[in-house]
Amino acid sequence: MKAVLELRGVSKDYPGHRAVDSVSLSLERGGFYSLLGPSGCGKTTTLRMIAGFDEPSEGEVVLNGVAVNGSRPYERDVSTVFQNYALFPHLTALGNVEFGLRERGVADRRERALRALDLVQLTGKQDRRPAQLSGGEKQRVALARSLVLEPQLLLLDEPLAALDPALRKQMRAELKAMQRKTGITFLFVTHDQEEALSMSDRVAVMNRGRVEQFGTPEDVYLRPATRFVAGFLGPVNWFGEAGIRPESTRVSREAPLAAPGLRASVASSLFLGNCFHLHATLEDGRAIVAEVPREANHYREGETVWVHWDPADELRFSDPGQE
Amino acid sequence: MRRWFLLPARVWMALFFAAPMLIVAAYGFLTRGDYGGIEQPWTGESFTRLADPLYLAILWRSVWIALVSTLLCAVLGFPLALFIARAGRYRNLFLQLVMLPFWTSFLVRTYAWLFILRDTGLVNTVLAKLHLIRAPLPLLYNDGAVLTGLVYNYLPFFVLPAYAALERLDPALLEAAADLGARPGATLRRVVLPLAAPGIAAGSVLVFIPCLGAYLTPDLLGGGKSVMLGNLVQNQFTTARDWPFGSAISLVLMLLCGVLLAGMMRTRVAKELA
Amino acid sequence: MKLRAYAVAALIFLHAPLLILIAFSFNSSRFTVWEGFSLHWYAQAFRDPQLAEGLANSLIIAALSALLSTAIGTLAAYGMWRRGAPVLSGSLYLSLVTPEIVTGVSLLALFQWAFRFLHLQLGLYTVVIAHVAFSIAYVVIVISARLRGYDRTLEEAAMDLGASEWRAFTRVTLPILYPAIAAAGLLALVVSFDDYVITSLVAGVDSETLPMVIYAMARRGVSPVVNAVSAMIVVVLGALILASEKLQKQ
Repeated sequence: MKAVLELRGVSKDYPGHRAVDSVSLSLERGGFYSLLGPSGCGKTTTLRMIAGFDEPSEGEVVLNGVAVNGSRPYERDVSTVFQNYALFPHLTALGNVEFGLRERGVADRRERALRALDLVQLTGKQDRRPAQLSGGEKQRVALARSLVLEPQLLLLDEPLAALDPALRKQMRAELKAMQRKTGITFLFVTHDQEEALSMSDRVAVMNRGRVEQFGTPEDVYLRPATRFVAGFLGPVNWFGEAGIRPESTRVSREAPLAAPGLRASVASSLFLGNCFHLHATLEDGRAIVAEVPREANHYREGETVWVHWDPADELRFSDPGQE
Repeated sequence: MRRWFLLPARVWMALFFAAPMLIVAAYGFLTRGDYGGIEQPWTGESFTRLADPLYLAILWRSVWIALVSTLLCAVLGFPLALFIARAGRYRNLFLQLVMLPFWTSFLVRTYAWLFILRDTGLVNTVLAKLHLIRAPLPLLYNDGAVLTGLVYNYLPFFVLPAYAALERLDPALLEAAADLGARPGATLRRVVLPLAAPGIAAGSVLVFIPCLGAYLTPDLLGGGKSVMLGNLVQNQFTTARDWPFGSAISLVLMLLCGVLLAGMMRTRVAKELA
Repeated sequence: MKLRAYAVAALIFLHAPLLILIAFSFNSSRFTVWEGFSLHWYAQAFRDPQLAEGLANSLIIAALSALLSTAIGTLAAYGMWRRGAPVLSGSLYLSLVTPEIVTGVSLLALFQWAFRFLHLQLGLYTVVIAHVAFSIAYVVIVISARLRGYDRTLEEAAMDLGASEWRAFTRVTLPILYPAIAAAGLLALVVSFDDYVITSLVAGVDSETLPMVIYAMARRGVSPVVNAVSAMIVVVLGALILASEKLQKQ
């Protein structure tokens, strides 16, 4: 099956630095993909090159088997949901959703647009202007506007960033459902690893212009390819070349029987709602964080405890790598 | 594609702004024909004629009047700008009030002073009615009348940039000065004025240049008694039909303005004018 | 507060001359002594054929020049917003700052030089050309001010949805600019209508504008008819400018 999108050695240079460095990716049709990374890692630049707003300095962008380097955004069958939604203020919600259809000269655009608005649960609001819509509603209009064109690929540039946390969680589920329902390939850009992990079939983790790992959420979380990926996907206690996540770090008063343990002195414990994060100081002065279930938090400050873990849970990397 | 957008404007400005200037520049070095036309030979004669004391006097008067106008506009305009900047939510209202007369007719505004200052004008009539004078005061057809007209017309040109600079001033700075013991007068002198200086300079340039090249005001309010460079140029291009000489004067005028502008461009003032 | 008192005095100074002019346009006598309210100067103004012709010419010139300069200026402002154009910017700025007498005589020089080959004469069209030349800068200022806060991603979104650069401009940016374009047009109208210096130099014999007629009358001496015409000009132009500013706030 032909890949919907292929990036072959795509790079983007700006005077002074290389924003995207030799990125190669292959996205299969019908999947939900994420580009995950910190700000400045090149994920938005990559997105813009796929959409056609910027041209790669090197490499090819291949859409459905056809290289699209040099073609303008309106010539590509790719649609973008912008971070600030970019809704046209002088048009109603319906007018916005119809926009692309009108460019194509589609006859029944009103019906299609209304159906798209139904899909994003904005029935009845088609005559409202963007100024009269809430943040969440604006986002849905932006989504409907792109989806109604049934593009090969839908690009989403941190669309949930401006929403409040509760709405964000709700939209994640809705976006996932919408992707499944329409079958359109989604490429979602975010810096929030929880978002990427919860929604994606596969995640590409980017850092400093490079893709450090491209795999399923389990892959990148449990079997990170580099120190950076490990550290970005969640907190890690580092010991030289190896690391252990707090949720795999155990705390006990008695010395562990099987695995080797380390003595530590409890510094503080932070209540996170569903568990505690116990911060302790090892004998050599280093800090370590262990996740402790709510019922089990009976350790006091200054108390001496044993910290241990299953060696199978260790994350090991041969190279010191970037961080 | 964006280039096509700029094309009409570029063509128009090239044909009807730049080219005319170049032609005048060339004419300045040519000779007057017998019937008022333009002829070769190329000569610098028109420029040397300017050294005649008669014309130097006009040049000097123009510079002097422009300087005094600018000074008066600054002295009268700065407190006004200060007031508007402190007016809080009425700022825009006051700005409108200041700018509105400017947008109506320049000719009408100059004519108004004709009406007020002439021998049978408002001032003289009122003073006569109050028995303060026996004969009408010659308020018109002199440098003073020209100054009045210029200051009146160009005051908003100073107020606007000065206000813009003052409006950008961080109020926290004034509070800090007071906190450190400065009285209002001292704060004005040591904090406000230095920080507003670029705006004041910009406003001064915006007044000085049109005043230097003033034509209508000295024409209507100065009669033949207060001849400035603008009047001289107009005369040469119409009645006297000495285009090379008129062009030479224009070039000198442009040079003076240009030097001033170039000087301003290199300083922070440039940002104020943007 | 002394500052407030001063400001009030200054504002009075700025507005008094015009108010006085307007007040005395209603004076039944032609002397500067109030002798009663009368509208007959206005009646006389309306009956004056020269004034009527001047008004007609001014309106035609203003309309044409406003149309052309608004179109050219809007495109230029948009072009400069997409990619800077320092030379054009500079020349527009220069056109604003150059003394009118200089731009006037230089245009006269250009026309007379061109007429050697084209066998034409000064007329309404030369005035229109001149007015467009100095109006473009004003239009650019108004449109640029509106574009300054304009969201670039709107055009990107339009292109993303299939519109070409031109369609993105006409279907998204232009509609949003309509109020500013109207405001710029009104400003161009006012600026053209009011011009005397440049117009007097490049107008043909049959193309006297209203300011030129007023100037001639003012030169002959003060006349209440001039007061009346001035009053009308002030009110109309003032109203246009207020309308323009209102549109710019949208």
